[in-house]
Amino acid sequence: MISKRDVASVPPESKRNEEPSELLRELVAHLRQNRTQLREEWVVRISETRLLTAMTKEEIFAEATSVYDSYVEALETEAFEALQAYARNLSERIIPRGVETHEVVGIVLLLRDVLARSLFAKYQNDFKKLNRILDAYEPAANRIANTVAVGFVQERERVIRQQQEAIRELSTPVLQVRERLLILPIIGVIDPQRARQLTEQLLRGIRTNRAKVVVIDITGVAAMDVTVANHLVQTVEASRLLGATVIVTGLSPEIAQTLVTIGVDLGKMNTVGDLQGGIEQAERLLGYKVATLAEQS
Amino acid sequence: MVGEIRVAINSDQDIVSARQKGRVVANELGFSSGDATLIATAISELARNIVSYARKGQITIKKVNGHNREGIAVIAADEGPGIADIRQALRDGFSTSGSLGLGLPGVRRLMDEFEITSQPGKGTTVAVKKWRQ
Amino acid sequence: MEVPILKQGAFLIATFQAALSDADLNQLRMGLVQQVVKFRSRAVIVDVTAMDVMDSFASRTLREIAHMIRLRGAETVIVGIQPEVAFAMVQLGLTLEGVATALDLEEGLAYLNEKFKVTN
Repeated sequence: MISKRDVASVPPESKRNEEPSELLRELVAHLRQNRTQLREEWVVRISETRLLTAMTKEEIFAEATSVYDSYVEALETEAFEALQAYARNLSERIIPRGVETHEVVGIVLLLRDVLARSLFAKYQNDFKKLNRILDAYEPAANRIANTVAVGFVQERERVIRQQQEAIRELSTPVLQVRERLLILPIIGVIDPQRARQLTEQLLRGIRTNRAKVVVIDITGVAAMDVTVANHLVQTVEASRLLGATVIVTGLSPEIAQTLVTIGVDLGKMNTVGDLQGGIEQAERLLGYKVATLAEQS
Repeated sequence: MVGEIRVAINSDQDIVSARQKGRVVANELGFSSGDATLIATAISELARNIVSYARKGQITIKKVNGHNREGIAVIAADEGPGIADIRQALRDGFSTSGSLGLGLPGVRRLMDEFEITSQPGKGTTVAVKKWRQ
Repeated sequence: MEVPILKQGAFLIATFQAALSDADLNQLRMGLVQQVVKFRSRAVIVDVTAMDVMDSFASRTLREIAHMIRLRGAETVIVGIQPEVAFAMVQLGLTLEGVATALDLEEGLAYLNEKFKVTN
């Protein structure tokens, strides 16, 4: 919210004249009167500056109209909620189209510029008045630019977080291969956040599927340092607290060597060379007997 | 949620009520139930330290705002004997009473931020934070 | 808060109702050991399904219960640890090492029945 103090930062001698709010009213009236022309000028400046290239002319014009009106409204009411909501909504629509942060900031600054120039033109013969008008206009205009930019960046961050979440979900599938047997193939890089999500998903999976044995296959894990190894140990321990046994497969000799060197206690882990061997051991633990059909008959 | 919640810690009963209040606040702030469990567990450990080492103290639970994010802060303050060697107290396995130890390294792992100030003879304040994902 | 201890054949089942104070836990520890002696039970199941926080004290008490009961020649199974609680426990380094665990009461009973080949 813009404070009254900001708006009131006008030179003392002007107090005899109009109040800042009166100046803003006059300003808003001017911007409403010249809406068509100023908006047109702004759109031309946008395409000249090669901003919003991902959007068509018609789209830019439609958005420009909405932004212009919200902008003037924010100046008039000094309330920014509507503009903030519009900025978020706009961001939601244009982010998937590849619109960048500098473009959004750029167009708002252009509008600020276009409007300021029209004020210069209108009050060029009354320098004192021009100064007072600009004093009233600038804090509000800066506040608007800030609101729109922050709204866009926040929306972008939200989208990124959402996508990261989706990728993580995809990258840690908990698969049930047999009754009471889960497999968790881990591929790629494990950071602390992913390690946590992976563990939580596995623990929920154990509960839902009433799993007794879990095979965690780390063949696809690129690198393992002491932090990642400790996460793995914690996952094994937490699974045991739920009554499930964990078998770790795909631990390469190099990684095993590293782990021993840095002092990770592999004794807490039940390891088997490869995934197939791990599943076979899991089946033995569950009391399954694996035999070929010929042997059975 | 209005302001902050303070829970006086004078007995082992208060440990339970402190962590229950912590969970309520964590839920209100939109933490996942997994995070709420981590927060409640951390509060339980901090409150237990107060009961075991200082006899009485206070737990304060409040919302905090960071750069573009919200979180929860828990401050455990007492006027007990204090900790002479903080660095040692933060090492896993350290204990002055032969028990499981202060549990401070564990609390540190449960939360995102951890701060401790202590003066022998004056008391100890532990302030921890967790940010919402 | 009283923790009910149920006798089922050769086993005892203690169900933690809700958040327990340290005093409750201490009382339970004594109570369980006395009952094991009294009924000559072969095993004890401690059901912690209702516990939403397991801190170092609760965890240590469970371990002590298991140790004391082992000294009486019986076994302890902890059942019903919630996934989120398990996650918090390992962060704190509380792993109940050396104590048997099972998903829930049903699994705990199945484990003990298999082990002792008892039918109830």
